[in-house]
Amino acid sequence: MDKPYIELSYWQVGLAALLILVNGGISLMLRLDIERRLLVAGFRTVAQLLLVGLVLQWVFRVGRWYIILGLLAAMTVVAGVSAVRRVHVRYPGIWLSSLISIWASSWLMGALAVFVIVPVEPWYSPQYAIPLLGMILGNTLSGISLGLDRLGGELGGSRPQVEALLALGATRWEAARGPLQQAVRTGMIPIINSMMVAGVVSLPGMMTGQLLAGVDPIEAVKYQIIIMFLIASGTALGTVGVVLLSYKRLFNDDHQFLYQLVREHP
Amino acid sequence: MLQACGLGRRKPGSDQWLIHGICMAVRPGDRIALGGPSGSGKTVLLRALCLLDPIDEGSIEWKGEPIRGDALPAYRKEVLYVHQRPALLEGNVEQNLGYPFSLRAHRGREFDRERIVALLDALGRDAAFLRKSNRNLSGGEAQIVALLRAIQLDPTVLLLDEATTSLDPATVAAAERLLDRWWSEAPGERAIILISHNPEQAGRFADRRLHMSAGGTVSER
Repeated sequence: MDKPYIELSYWQVGLAALLILVNGGISLMLRLDIERRLLVAGFRTVAQLLLVGLVLQWVFRVGRWYIILGLLAAMTVVAGVSAVRRVHVRYPGIWLSSLISIWASSWLMGALAVFVIVPVEPWYSPQYAIPLLGMILGNTLSGISLGLDRLGGELGGSRPQVEALLALGATRWEAARGPLQQAVRTGMIPIINSMMVAGVVSLPGMMTGQLLAGVDPIEAVKYQIIIMFLIASGTALGTVGVVLLSYKRLFNDDHQFLYQLVREHP
Repeated sequence: MLQACGLGRRKPGSDQWLIHGICMAVRPGDRIALGGPSGSGKTVLLRALCLLDPIDEGSIEWKGEPIRGDALPAYRKEVLYVHQRPALLEGNVEQNLGYPFSLRAHRGREFDRERIVALLDALGRDAAFLRKSNRNLSGGEAQIVALLRAIQLDPTVLLLDEATTSLDPATVAAAERLLDRWWSEAPGERAIILISHNPEQAGRFADRRLHMSAGGTVSER
């Protein structure tokens, strides 16, 4: 049977890879001194994607639920760790807060997708579960790291105000509310922006992929709409989660702000 | 009224004591000047007394009861600390003065504009000052606002951390008159603890003088 898309040979892929020479040429001509980094980046792109392809091929072929679940768990842990890596502050428990928030929010959205909205039979079908959770994780990750970063900055910068409020008789919640709101707002801005321009400025990645695979545009759009809302809710829940967990860690039951726990991380 | 016993606080993450073994009692009507060299722990002590920071040793009792958990906001309303560097919120002076009344601890009370205008008058300023934005206040003006914001809440114990340091001599005198007037509104009920590096101010203002030595111990002078 004819496939609805054109299958590529390794020669064709290699031809495209040669385009890295364009970047190399520019770097040499303008003496940007980034040829080495370009070369490494090019190799990493090829190697990492091939590796992922091989893993996915194996996972798709074996199709056992526990293997798929293991892969999803590994993706979640990597996302939780990456979220904190981009943040410029540290406090004890930040890694766990990030991991719990990203896990709970993305898996809830993922479960909603494969059990209720789509629904997929069997639920762990890798063709759906892996890309859906992957997209939710990727966006929740940036919400969490932006939110955490902003929270750290706000609590550092507004420490005098937070403490002045506590001294005037504010509860920890009343004192921290401003910085917490700012952090959640910051975490949610990117997804709101991408919802605003979805389909206008650029075609979202998943939809593009489906179009290339020969799916009817309206079908592709339906999937994209679903994923946009899953991502938006996942990001909101993840950001709120990590901000609240941080709040619980940094403000104790005696309504004291444990500012000394927050450290700058370059 | 306020009783601290064996009070100690370590430098966070180390074994070094910032203040150690402090015992003191604050009685209604007290006007206490707290002196001592820089780094002797005066600020740490005031922050500990209003439980703004966790204490590592000893206890604080308010009217014979230890203070814990959700009793803290109501306690800090009674034992109110004013920071050395005034921290104002975004907005004008009136918004800054009115904000505390939106907090749960002050529910049922309202911002008394007339009282504030009268107090400002005593400081030689008119009501137009209330419309000034927090961004356009000088350091001294910000400190005045922080002071007004605190005393209008009528705490029982007012903890002032060098609250008059950034003021010019005329405003210092006005601020002291303000504190005098506030204290005399309810004679023998309110107490003030003031950190001051100025012995004259301490002599003028206080009827008890406490001295902190390096190592964080306190003695009556």
